Amino acid sequence: MFRLILRRLAISVAVLWLVTLLVFVATLLLPGDPARAILGQQATPERIAALNDQLGLDAPVWQRYLDWLGGVFTGDLGTSAASQGPVTELLGGRIGASLVLLVGAAVISTAGGLALGTWSALRRGRAVDHTVSGLSLVVAALPEFVIGVALIVLLSTTVLPVFPSVTLAPPGEPVWSRPIQLVLPILTLTLVVTPYITRMMRATMSEVLDSGYVEMARLKGIPERVVITRHAVPHAIGPVAQVIAIQLAWLAGGVVVVEFLFRYPGIGQALIDAVNNRDVEVVQAITLLIAGVYIVVNLIADIVGIMTNPKLRAEVAR
Amino acid sequence: MTATTTQPTLLRRALSLPQAKIGLTLTVVVVGVAVLGPWVGPWLTGHDTTGFAGKPFQPGGIAGTDGLGRDVFTRFLSGGLTLLVYAVLATALGLVLGAVLGMLAGYSGGRLDSLIMRGSDVLLSFPQLVFALLAIAMIGPEGWLLVLVIGVTHAPRVARVARQATVAVKDADFIRAARMYAMPRRRILLREVLPNITGPLMVELGLRLTYSIGYVASLSFLGLGIQPPTADWGLMINENRIALVVEPWGVLLPVLAIAVLTVGTNLITDSLASAASGTSNTGKPNTAKEASA
Amino acid sequence: MTAPATVTHTLLARELRVDTATGHPVLKGVSYEIAPGEVLALVGESGSGKTTAGLAALGHFRRGLIHTGGGVSVQSDDGEPVSVLEVGDRQRRSLRGSTVAYIPQDPAASLNPALRIGKQIGEVLETHGYGASAAERSTRIAEVLGEVGLPDDEAYRRRYPHELSGGQQQRVGIAMAFACRPNVVVLDEPTTGLDVTTQTLVLRTISALTTEHDTAALYITHDLAVVATIAHRVAVLRRGEVVECGSTEEVLRAPAHAYTRELVTAVPHLDGTGATDTSGSGRSTPGSSTPGATESGAAGASAADMEVAGDAEHTPVLSVSGLSVAYGEHRVLRDVSLDVRAGECLMLLGESGSGKTTLSQCVAGLGLPHAGTVSVSGTPLAASTQRRTAEQLRSVQYVFQSPYSSLNPRKTIAQSVELPLRTLTDLDAAARRERVTETLERVRLDPALAGRLPDELSGGQRQRAAIARGLVTTPDVLLCDEVTSALDVSVQATIVDLLCELRRELGMAMLFVTHNIALARHVADRIAVLRGGEVVESGTVGEVLDSPSHEYTRELLANTPRM
Repeated sequence: MFRLILRRLAISVAVLWLVTLLVFVATLLLPGDPARAILGQQATPERIAALNDQLGLDAPVWQRYLDWLGGVFTGDLGTSAASQGPVTELLGGRIGASLVLLVGAAVISTAGGLALGTWSALRRGRAVDHTVSGLSLVVAALPEFVIGVALIVLLSTTVLPVFPSVTLAPPGEPVWSRPIQLVLPILTLTLVVTPYITRMMRATMSEVLDSGYVEMARLKGIPERVVITRHAVPHAIGPVAQVIAIQLAWLAGGVVVVEFLFRYPGIGQALIDAVNNRDVEVVQAITLLIAGVYIVVNLIADIVGIMTNPKLRAEVAR
Repeated sequence: MTATTTQPTLLRRALSLPQAKIGLTLTVVVVGVAVLGPWVGPWLTGHDTTGFAGKPFQPGGIAGTDGLGRDVFTRFLSGGLTLLVYAVLATALGLVLGAVLGMLAGYSGGRLDSLIMRGSDVLLSFPQLVFALLAIAMIGPEGWLLVLVIGVTHAPRVARVARQATVAVKDADFIRAARMYAMPRRRILLREVLPNITGPLMVELGLRLTYSIGYVASLSFLGLGIQPPTADWGLMINENRIALVVEPWGVLLPVLAIAVLTVGTNLITDSLASAASGTSNTGKPNTAKEASA
Repeated sequence: MTAPATVTHTLLARELRVDTATGHPVLKGVSYEIAPGEVLALVGESGSGKTTAGLAALGHFRRGLIHTGGGVSVQSDDGEPVSVLEVGDRQRRSLRGSTVAYIPQDPAASLNPALRIGKQIGEVLETHGYGASAAERSTRIAEVLGEVGLPDDEAYRRRYPHELSGGQQQRVGIAMAFACRPNVVVLDEPTTGLDVTTQTLVLRTISALTTEHDTAALYITHDLAVVATIAHRVAVLRRGEVVECGSTEEVLRAPAHAYTRELVTAVPHLDGTGATDTSGSGRSTPGSSTPGATESGAAGASAADMEVAGDAEHTPVLSVSGLSVAYGEHRVLRDVSLDVRAGECLMLLGESGSGKTTLSQCVAGLGLPHAGTVSVSGTPLAASTQRRTAEQLRSVQYVFQSPYSSLNPRKTIAQSVELPLRTLTDLDAAARRERVTETLERVRLDPALAGRLPDELSGGQRQRAAIARGLVTTPDVLLCDEVTSALDVSVQATIVDLLCELRRELGMAMLFVTHNIALARHVADRIAVLRGGEVVESGTVGEVLDSPSHEYTRELLANTPRM
């Protein structure tokens, strides 16, 4: 089992390295003179020269890659062309703000999705099941900005004006100092992800409930509650963990749209600004960060999958 | 053996489900609006998409005016076609690329398999939207780039499904038989494997189309997709949301259209998945957002 | 006060009716009763509803099945009959596992893979309050493991199901069922998938336990030979109805119902008799001769027909020599040599893991790289089909085990049968079509079915189509890999008949790979017994069956159930 986990770890490291390569290579796609592309047509030759120097654009490509990679390892993500400050400084506070959204949505949607999915699976074919399945199918189809706008109309502006539709905190103030402004962004992300977890949990549980060992447990006269907790649920955890991880990692992407919609000062908002400003180093830093989160979460899910697989676990027990 | 296994085509079985009929109706309505809208709109309202129709954010006409005083309803009718075309192209690109790579990886196994799958792991490490933003940051919000980048990021996700389905049939005896008759690999893939994995591929088609619509609209909404002054649903939402309270139609019409369209395609997709797995509603939900990640 | 009938019967099912959710009847009024210590065999082919009838005894209906009438009563521990289908959920649950126990068909799927086997047996005891303390229960677990012939030590109890062999898993299932000393056990094809030697062990265990504890047993099976060994009485189920019921002796020796007769005659016999009167078809050919004359008899008409060819060239059509295959460390085949002459059928007999499928795939060119040679008509063949000539590919054909997976579900029968002609010959479309029709007729498959998809055919029809695909290029060697094992008993016999007839008509050499020694006299001239990758014995059918020289062959013969 440990060898499997180590192997999985090695793959993650290799993928992460390829990701850095890809993120770096993307900058080579900048059309023409990158410094001019970044600074615009009106830039003076001095500024262009200064930027070239600052970006090390005169050095050969591999040199630039190594320098940049070295910077990433030492926590130096470069300089923001727009703000002229270090990228790390720009992102510092924003990472925390985004994490609040991610963790909030992750906790609620996981708990909600697992509960709804199990409930639905246990009542297969009844009205509850059809309602849950139907609703999750509809909500799962909606892009996050559609859900966000719908929530704003319902809970902020038109129907029930309860929650603010934009982030009110002035720059510098931590977002969690006014919890009410977190409600709609977290709710939006939760609604985006919960249907998938619900559907996956329902499907996995249905499959497990139809399995030979669950039927056997029932035919042994074991009380239904024990059948579910001891014989069914443990087998659903492995496969569902992977889906949850994929969903949570996906939140890292969905957060971009949601932050933009609610003008929320997180890294998603920063990414949009950076793309608009062609602030290359900031874009690189944020995409790398999100990809990193993505890889780590998937890694954890795979390890959970390996550890909950009795065949692999038993090999260690012996 | 039930004697009634005579199977009509997957599509027909899927469309016999009530939810597929609802889905098809919803989709057809929105696609109809998007396709006919650009021709009918100006004739119906007397305005064109960019012309000045009245004071900004005022009621008047069917759905009022937007921030630049353009007629919202005309723009709404014209705002779906580009989105739809981009989404369909991106889906087609992703599906073809993914199916070919996935079938090759699954059937060949060994080194080619590892190469293709590790390569797609790298692409899978980016949320699709983030990857698109990375590309747009470097090259700019070009139409072809949207199609390319969304299609390319679909490919590894489709490839996973195609590979899995291929692996499931590749050791079936009928494939062995074909190998025994020295059928070339390309023909085995095309004639023996492909017809047996159309189920999952059809499901992917629906799923990818739903997501493509979402991504193109999201990017436009972020101001990084389809560019002004084009009339586009995603863009309209962004342009008009500051006036949501006074003139909600500029936001609500495109939001509704996108919602109805994606719900419609997703209902059809789910019916396909049910029909492909042979049972109604017990099959695995088509790949979760795994997928959309 | 209890009716007399319920006193003598531990399990009584009356007019059971079960429908599917869509209203299709599964059981149309099935009745059976079992006395204490009695084993009733419920015999039926796939789709007969036998499992449904068995599970009803535990008050369980699988998803999509609805109980529409009739009842089941079991004698509870205090001697009172309890109506399983009428009591409340709680009481029904208390009966399951303690009064009525179930032994499933597939132990690998029915044991929880994440729980240790000791725990899974203990769970039943705990649930039903068997034994006063954990220590007492632990003693009972050890005891019941001993009863089914498994080690009873702590270390064994701490194993997970996947650490046991199939036979051991099945015995854990039996231990679990007998743990609470039930009055009734329902056994659902408990020996399917086990080797004959293991099957004998499991059957003995079941017999011993039911006799010792006076347990009533409902034994669900499709295998009449097993029925003959274990059951006191037999009920034959067909399409949800019991068509015949009586003592095992009566039903098997003098079946009253036409369907039962059909089943009984379809069973292959080790001594080659018994299956001689099948509706006038030619199935009696090689096997019907009296045991004394087996050798000449076994070669039978086929050898007579082929004598000319056989004498003309003494070289065997198929010759395997020194064949060895290894998957890494594991050696699947060790230095195997075989010869098959034109018109001759060699039975390659082996249990699972013997390497028989690997051997046939090496011959077909689907196997791994191997040492040794495979030659056809004296020409050595390349290991992979990619490097064999079209003529070589044409000359060796393969019929797969399961017709459910060997035909592309998206191609019509005609397209599948035509495939070898397209890739291996230069016949034009019209000639190919003609040959396909001709071959379909040859395998007694209505050419009108040519345009159908495999799903629209029965298992037997599909297997005929698969055979047609093998024959369409008129091969010199036909490999048949367990071709009957995926089919119902009554269909198996017709497929075996067909192959015998075709061999006679076409004079090809046949390698018949099987685990079922009972088929020997029906199909083969000679036998090669494969065990652990080695041929441990070979000779004519008569030699091997009548005076086996190897211990393993003797064991196989002794453990093969006979009717």
